[in-house]
Amino acid sequence: MNKPLRRIAIFCGLLVLTLLIRDNWLQYVQADDLKEDEHNRRVAIERYASPRGDIIVDGKAITGHATTDGDFKYKRTYKDGAMWAPVTGYVSQAFGATQIESIDDGILTGNDDRLFFRNTLDMVTGKKREGGNVVTTLNSAAQKAAYDGLKKQGAKGAVVALEPSTGKILSMASYPSYDPTAIAGSNDAAGEAWNKLQKKNNPDDPMLNRALREVYPPGSTFKVLTAAAALEHGKADSADEKTDSPLPWTMPGTSTELKNEGNIPCENATLREALRVSCNTVFGKLGYDVGNDAMLETAKKFGFTEEQFVPVRSSASVFSDGMNDSQVALSSIGQFNTAATPLQMAMVTSAIANNGTLMKPYMVDELQAPNLDTIEKTDPEEMSEPLSADNAQILQSMMETVVEDGTGTNAQIDGVTVGGKTGTAQHGVDNSENPYAWFISYAKGEDGSAPVAVAVVIEDENAVRDDISGGGLAAPIAKNVMEAVIDSKK
Amino acid sequence: MSSTTNPSTHHTSTIGAIGAPSRRNTELALLVFAVLIPVFAYANVGLAINDEVPAGLLSYGLGLGLLAGVGHVVVRKFAPYSDPLLLPLATLLNGLGLVAIWRLDQSELLQDIQQAGTAAPRQLMYTALGIALFVAVMIFLKDHRVLQRYTYISMLGALFLLLLPLVPGLGKNIYGAKIWIQVGSFSIQPGEFAKIVLAIFFAGYLMVKRDALALASRRFMGLYLPRGRDLGPILVVWMVSILILVFETDLGTSLLFFGMFVIMLYVATERTSWIVFGLLMSAVGAVGVASFEPHIQQRVDAWLDPMKEYTLSRAGVGGHSEQAMQALWAFGSGGTLGTGWGQGHSELIRFAANSDFILATFGEELGLAGLMALLLLYALIVERGVRTALAARDPFGKLLAIGLSGAFALQVFVVAGGVMGLIPLTGMTMPFLAYGGSSVIANWALIGILLRISDTARRPAPAAPASPDAEMTQVVRP
Repeated sequence: MNKPLRRIAIFCGLLVLTLLIRDNWLQYVQADDLKEDEHNRRVAIERYASPRGDIIVDGKAITGHATTDGDFKYKRTYKDGAMWAPVTGYVSQAFGATQIESIDDGILTGNDDRLFFRNTLDMVTGKKREGGNVVTTLNSAAQKAAYDGLKKQGAKGAVVALEPSTGKILSMASYPSYDPTAIAGSNDAAGEAWNKLQKKNNPDDPMLNRALREVYPPGSTFKVLTAAAALEHGKADSADEKTDSPLPWTMPGTSTELKNEGNIPCENATLREALRVSCNTVFGKLGYDVGNDAMLETAKKFGFTEEQFVPVRSSASVFSDGMNDSQVALSSIGQFNTAATPLQMAMVTSAIANNGTLMKPYMVDELQAPNLDTIEKTDPEEMSEPLSADNAQILQSMMETVVEDGTGTNAQIDGVTVGGKTGTAQHGVDNSENPYAWFISYAKGEDGSAPVAVAVVIEDENAVRDDISGGGLAAPIAKNVMEAVIDSKK
Repeated sequence: MSSTTNPSTHHTSTIGAIGAPSRRNTELALLVFAVLIPVFAYANVGLAINDEVPAGLLSYGLGLGLLAGVGHVVVRKFAPYSDPLLLPLATLLNGLGLVAIWRLDQSELLQDIQQAGTAAPRQLMYTALGIALFVAVMIFLKDHRVLQRYTYISMLGALFLLLLPLVPGLGKNIYGAKIWIQVGSFSIQPGEFAKIVLAIFFAGYLMVKRDALALASRRFMGLYLPRGRDLGPILVVWMVSILILVFETDLGTSLLFFGMFVIMLYVATERTSWIVFGLLMSAVGAVGVASFEPHIQQRVDAWLDPMKEYTLSRAGVGGHSEQAMQALWAFGSGGTLGTGWGQGHSELIRFAANSDFILATFGEELGLAGLMALLLLYALIVERGVRTALAARDPFGKLLAIGLSGAFALQVFVVAGGVMGLIPLTGMTMPFLAYGGSSVIANWALIGILLRISDTARRPAPAAPASPDAEMTQVVRP
């Protein structure tokens, strides 16, 4: 009986060998795939096992952490969450992460490859893994001014403020907002809060970051871009030369007259005057004179038609191609297809205030290791030069007139030169929906450089359908934001 | 072992009559390790989870040490020539199992699952019962050949045990497989005991019938085909296995019994044709039943695509389980060296994490290295069992030893292969490691019987008769 016994022994050996091979396959060959599988809860457990690094504004953390029950140890908390939500985004045990929380997740959790050496060292010395910090470019006073202003209006809206010389984002507010702390956990309360925030349950869509992700028809604020295109393409030479602008003006190819808001002196008005009172006829014709191609070229230089990454993605602003003459005219006064994010209009303002140079907007200044060593620093980067310094100065003087003596007087600040432009955009079929009140502006210091450029948009059902509402609703917010920036520089 | 102790003979089956050392001291030394390793592991879990040496360390260490000590003393007294490795191996596995069960007891996630919070003390009690049965086997079973007398009673007993879970009111359906019975507050898996009783029946039956089965056959295409009427027994066992599969819906138990029979039949008759028949019949049976039994089908589906099964389970579709995928993640997350005791998350497997799926905890926390070592411990048990079969001097002992070790090997393969996704999952448990009284108690009895057979095999032959005349005398028995 011993021969079959030996064969059975070999058979049993083969069984064990098969198990060993399978084990090697699982725990060696496939180990990493299984370990990092997104459905593998260990990935999330690991992620929430140590306190997350913080997001820093003005040297202070606007985030924190709290311990939770269950296998996820820590959750994120936010200070003034609703105010900062458009900047931070959220990170939730149940619902993932967005915006900075998502983009710089590696640094914040401490898993980034650039922290590998440090982590290995910590593992050897038995130190617990920690997350690094994300230092933002934001200005908390400006952010507060922006958010409080929007909240006071109580209407949907957004504010973006930039530092024109660097592209730093100083303020980015959206209203209505949400407190990301409420959805940070994974318990039932978080789930309920999450459901309440979803667009289908909440028509106000508080989780929409209007500063980056919503495009609005820019209305009359777009006229500064049309003016810039005219100056750049030789259709105008100065602010104070009379233009060839008939009134009434019938749009080419149509029998429709382009209307101005009220009875304003637009016939052959100078650019300065036309911008001061916001003449549709002057800028509509000017845009038509410049032509679709040249208008688009200038708009692109300002950043239109491209998504911006700050590093959070913004929607692409729109200026169409292949339009007929009347459409070009309408587009040039910020109507028809033209649409822009608040960020985009802040960039336009910023480029003009920075003497024609557009700096790439950004809001992450620095990534820090847990011990505050700098891992990565963002340097200001020139994005384009949409207009010459001379032309930029011409536009500046025009915009300053608007604030001194035109539709934007609400943005005046004592002892500071302010340039701006109002806008009211109508939309919807037969303009039935709420118009948007816009205001774009910059403030100039004594040395002639501008520390801040800001764009404000408000969707207001009470807005009067004229240009005043931009100045009435949006300009005071812009003013407060600019003042906050100037004060914090002192 | 025997060849080293007895260099003059090359056949491991023939044991030198003179001077075979008892190896009891070897066993004692190994036992010290078999107790100390789990004690260290226990301390390790406590340090990892609560940052302190667990309070129960001393009592736990003493308890395991005491049980092992009792086992050793009894072996020294009643089976002095038995195999020195089996007892330490079983103690080590049992101790490690206790640690893993205690480690899972600490998990908050498992608190709400039946008995998970108090499984370790219960398992220690079951271990004590197991050792008690082991001691009883050692003391009362003076010679394994006694079991031969109970061949047909064993058959009835085995059938009774196998059919118990089908008795209405007694049987319990746990996640589809009906292999448990409920007595009071205890769930018993009669299949674990049936495994041993059935091996006794097969050994006794085949010892008697082997000549008929082996010799009366025709040759066809290089295979010796058995006569039709000799096919009877294998067909009966096959039918019973199929019935188990159909009514208890457990592929593992069915495969285990049929496999054990085929192995023993092959050893008894030395005819390869039985293996071919056995494989064919199990394939036909498994495929046939799987084609209409939804529970088996689902196990196969879960094996082929565990991720889909996981998704379905997560989506709340009834009757699906995420266990298989969770087990794979546990193994993968352990990687080469593992997370270390107490630092993995195998509790995510939830139900049966400390029983059927306990191997995943070892895989995650001890890694590939630890799990391979663990599997080799099982391989060693099987190897000692096969050696016992080789060394046994009587056919009944040989058949019983190979039957028990073969079944042990098959069980390890079916369970480990199932948990690791090599074959479809079945409802059996890892011997000694897994939480469960039936399994621990039955396997200690199994070790006891193997030790008894090896003691008989290695025991020096009785001293030569004093008078040469006595040897000459031929006694003719009626």
